[in-house]
Order: sequence, then structure tokens, then C-alpha cells
Amino acid sequence: MRYLPHSDAERKEMLQAIGASSVDDLFRAVPASLYQEHSLELPDHQPEFMVEAHMRALSQKNHVAGSGPFFIGAGAYRHHVPASVDHLIQRSEFLTAYTPYQPEISQGTLQMLFEFQTQVAHLTGMEVTNASMYDGSTATAEAVLMARRLTRRDKIVLSGGVHPQYRDVVRTYLGDSDALVCLKASPEGQGDITDHIDDKTAAIVVQTPDFYGHLRDVKKLADAAHAHGALLIVVVTEIVSLGLIEAPGALGADIVVAEGQSIGNPLTYGGPYVGLMATRSKFIRQMPGRLCGETVDAAGRRGYVLTLSTREQHIRREKATSNICTNSGLCALAFSIHMSLLGEAGLKRLARLNHARACELANALEKISGVELLNSTFFNEMSVRLSKPAAPIVEELAAKGILAGVPVSRLEPDQPQYANLMVLAATELTSDQDIAGLCAALEEALA
Amino acid sequence: MTTKFSPDHEYVRLEGDAGTIGISIYAQEQLGDIVFVELPALGATFSKGDETAVVESVKAASEIYAPVSGTVIEINEALNGDPGLVNTDSEGSGWIYKLKLSDASEMDGLMDAQAYAAHTN
Repeated sequence: MRYLPHSDAERKEMLQAIGASSVDDLFRAVPASLYQEHSLELPDHQPEFMVEAHMRALSQKNHVAGSGPFFIGAGAYRHHVPASVDHLIQRSEFLTAYTPYQPEISQGTLQMLFEFQTQVAHLTGMEVTNASMYDGSTATAEAVLMARRLTRRDKIVLSGGVHPQYRDVVRTYLGDSDALVCLKASPEGQGDITDHIDDKTAAIVVQTPDFYGHLRDVKKLADAAHAHGALLIVVVTEIVSLGLIEAPGALGADIVVAEGQSIGNPLTYGGPYVGLMATRSKFIRQMPGRLCGETVDAAGRRGYVLTLSTREQHIRREKATSNICTNSGLCALAFSIHMSLLGEAGLKRLARLNHARACELANALEKISGVELLNSTFFNEMSVRLSKPAAPIVEELAAKGILAGVPVSRLEPDQPQYANLMVLAATELTSDQDIAGLCAALEEALA
Repeated sequence: MTTKFSPDHEYVRLEGDAGTIGISIYAQEQLGDIVFVELPALGATFSKGDETAVVESVKAASEIYAPVSGTVIEINEALNGDPGLVNTDSEGSGWIYKLKLSDASEMDGLMDAQAYAAHTN
């Protein structure tokens, strides 16, 4: 029996009060092309052991990332997550509600979030951070909306080096506004974003290392933006890079957003991940998301609270800085534990190791005829131009158990000039044998 | 110099064609400790009833509406450092912004101190 608390008459009354003609009316923002027209045709129910057998058969079709050479990056990275992280996040002390609505009774959760915020602030070189967001892409879109509120300007310029899916998310958030300038993808290096800044620009959005692996000159971009009263939003999809590259905050960035998956969180089919957002103290009132603060109680003892909640939806309603009133609590916890285990020195070592592995990969790739390396700078990810279209090559190598990288055509399908481009990442898990295996298979496929 | 009040608890103190706007003593009492005031942009033009500023207390945020139409000619930057001025001296140093009125006759539609006292009773 289904329990439906509202009668038809009550529903009609509610719809009338908000000026909607039907429940479907409430979902008008969803494009018609995305509606499921036909039924899902799901099979009938099955006994539990049959379902288990079915799921087992499905899972055997997967190619597990760790089962062979793996060079896929492009926004999600395969790193070693110590077993202690998975153990610690499952401790009962952390099994409180992930988004505590009576927050102050969850002191453990709040302390963890406070530590997380402190780590992210140190990493990004910024003064304040929130308790995390859904992922890097939604954090980027939120940063764009935040910049508009701060500057009271509309125009947003997205660099061609920002992850194509992040650009799509920003476009979705802004509803294809005329004030959104998306520059063309720039696989071969620095774009011309500074030419697009004017006195109407709220912010420019630049990723570093960018989608194609190039490092961007954050200081120069910050100066160019600030000369016009615009803000610089820096996007980081590989957070490990900040163990080696100077923090964007130290170079003049106004808002730093990042994907935190690389620390503490496995690939898990693309999510859930954890978005990081950091900014300057003076912008804190316009920052979305939950914010944990340290204080003292009546007896002078240290305690933690959720603070500045008047920015948030449960108090500010439609005037809130964002409709986000939660955070990626568990992923943030994993991030925070892994980061604590690494420590500052450990993170630097990890970053150096990643870069060293990537240098090995680059050197090996450059020796293959039919492979042209496009990067003069990179951290642990790079782009190559192959002598043949990349997508079929990637398929051919996958059939041999080698995941070679991401063909750019997969994310930029409307740009045939990039059909031969591929993005590859190396991490601390990339062995010499992995590189040798990839190169041998590539040589054969390109011959 | 006349001071008038809106039903939303803003006051306007008119000097020439410039109106100093803030919230009434009654309003600040109702809100409690003010921790932040979001000021309007200098030069912004508002019609009567537009949202112009936000006053935040510890557990609530309240919009401030333009009691009359006009252009913002001054904002009280002192509130950035000391928003509590709205509590301690709301109708004096706790003013929020000044408008150059575009239609002085709108003042006639507002309440005088006596009528406002009756309104809040």
C-alpha cells in the first residue's frame, strides 16, 4: 500500500498557490529531449540468489582499473588510497548524520569538517573554505554565480582549457546566458583569455593544470582580471598537483575550486566525489555551502559550530547564496584522513613522484613514431597528437587490456580537428612496465 | 528636516532632495544583534519597494526595501566594520544608505513618527 498524504484537491490548491498548472509544470527546466518517453521495461522480480548471479555476471564485464596499464585521467585520477582510510571512515564515531540539522551535537563531525577546511585552505593558499561541495564541476558553477554576486556584473569568460564537462555544467547552471563566453578548446597551450576581459566581466575561469595538462600563468591572469575589476576563478581537477605547484591563492586567485577525489577517494565509476571551494575572507558572505567554525562554549572550552548560516537556504530561502545546503561529508572525511596521513612532506613527495612518473611517460611517448607530445609544461597529465584518430586506437588497446587515455573526441565531439588527440595521465601507481606495455601497443597500432 | 517611516520599518530622513535611510529603533530591537549589513551599490537606482540592502542578525537575514524611489548617493561604509551601529544608534550613526529622491511626493505616502508609533503598537 502506498501512503500518499496529499489528496487531489490539496495538490490542486498547492499548485494554484504557486501558479503552476500541473506537477509536470514544476519540471519545465528539464529539456523535453531528456524525458523518458517509453517504459523502462524492467524484468520481473527475481529470487535474491538469481539477482546476485546476474550482478556477478555484469561485474565480470568490467575492466578493473588496477588490472593492467591505466593512463586515464581527464578529471578523475587513480591513486593509491591507504587501507587505513577506508577503515577509519567506517568507525562508528563518524556514523552521525552526514548533514547534521542540529549540528552542535555532532562535535566529531564538525571538528572533522573544520580540519578539512583548514587543509583545503592551506592547499589552495586561501583564507576561507567551505565544508565541501558535490564535486569540482558544480563547485565551478557555484564559483561563477558567486563572482556575479560579488562584482554585480554578468559576463563570465570560460577558458578553453577548462574541463569540457565542467564547462557544460556551468552552461547548465547559467541557462546558456549571452553573458557566458566559452572560449574554444585550446589543446596546444595558452589561450587568449586575457583579450576577452572587459569592464563588464565578473570573472574569468581558468583551469591549471588545464584539461590538456598545460600549466597556466595564474599570476598573469590574476593581474589581467584585476585590472578590469574582474575576479579570477582557478579550477584544479588534480588536487595532488598543489603539492608541487604554487598555491593559486598565493598568485592572486580570488576563488579556487577543485575536485578533491585524488586524495582519499577511489575512482568508483565517477562518483561520489568531493568539490573544494576556497576564497578570500572578504568574500565569505557570498560563498555558498556549509561553513564550520571554531569557538568556545560558556565554560571557555573549545567547540565547533556551523557558522554564517544566514547565507544558506534553510534560513535565507530563495535569497540564499546557493540551493546547496549539504556537502560531500563522507568523501571529505576520506580526503581529510588521507591528507592527515600524508602530511605536508608526504603530499610533496607524492606530487614529485607523480610528476616523475609523468616525465617517464612523456619521454617514452616522444620516442614513438606517430606520437607528438603537445605539452611544454605538465604535472602528471599530457596531450598527444597521434598519426591516426585516437578513439579507435584507444578501443584497440583496451581490447588488449591497456587503458591508454581519453580520446579528446569523447569530450569535444563537435571538433573534428581534435580527432587525433588523446589525454594521458600517470600517477604514483604507473610502473615502468605499464609505460613499456602502452608504448609497445601504441607502436603496433600506429604502424 | 523630516523623518518618515514605511510599514516595513525603514525610516527616511529628508534633507533637501537627499533621504537618509535606515531601519527604525523598533525594527533593530525585533531583529536582535546585527552581525552584518549588505549595502547597496553606489549609483544604483531603485523604485519604491525594491530590495536595496540586507540586515543580518545571528539567526535571520532581513531585506531592506526602498521606502521611496531614487539613486544611491552614499552608503554607510562604517557598517562594514561595525554593523552593531544599527543596534546602538539605528536612526543616527547606524544609517544604511542615502538616496537622491526622484519623486519627493512619495514622502507623503509614508508615516510620521506618531503614526509609525501607532503602527508598531
